[in-house]
Amino acid sequence: MKNRLKVLRAERDWTQAQLANELEVSRQTINAIEKGKFDPSLPLAFKAAQLFGMAIEDVFQYD
Amino acid sequence: MNNSKTNNWAANSAKNTIVLGYWTVAWVLTMALATFGPKFIWQSSDTLTTLAIIINFAVGIGMILANIRHLKGLDEMHQKIQLEAMGISLGVGLVAGLSYSNLDVANIITNDAEISYLIIIMGLTYLVAVIAGQRKYR
Repeated sequence: MKNRLKVLRAERDWTQAQLANELEVSRQTINAIEKGKFDPSLPLAFKAAQLFGMAIEDVFQYD
Repeated sequence: MNNSKTNNWAANSAKNTIVLGYWTVAWVLTMALATFGPKFIWQSSDTLTTLAIIINFAVGIGMILANIRHLKGLDEMHQKIQLEAMGISLGVGLVAGLSYSNLDVANIITNDAEISYLIIIMGLTYLVAVIAGQRKYR
């Protein structure tokens, strides 16, 4: 699964730690998602999309 | 960003880990008391030995509950790492344990099979599997 987490985070000038705090996960988990090493659950993906104010398909794409 | 709400999660997670650490230390200490007490402290009093074993068992239940709380407090990636590590440890424990037992039953090994060896193998397997899991998602 591809995602735009890193780009969206950079656009808002947020650190991985800040995003992790907001999504209530560890910074390592954000790093793993950004690198495509870990696919988040549907609730976490929705939470991330909601945080960025976007639809889930605009943040995560199934490849 | 709302840092106060979210920092609670990190603080709770850290607190769960610390609490689990306390329970684990307490369990190890009560285990040492139940193991070495009869020999070195109260010279084989059955009442005190039974009491020490009951205390150790009760603290063990507390440790299990603290571990459950700790696991539930982790985020989903770390829960996955823990699940994989526990699955590997259980598998290795079962396979290695039964092979070890068979070696003992068939008298291929000279000593009696000791459960402590199995626990050491499972503990080391769990440790290696957690480290491997952390590296996998790094």
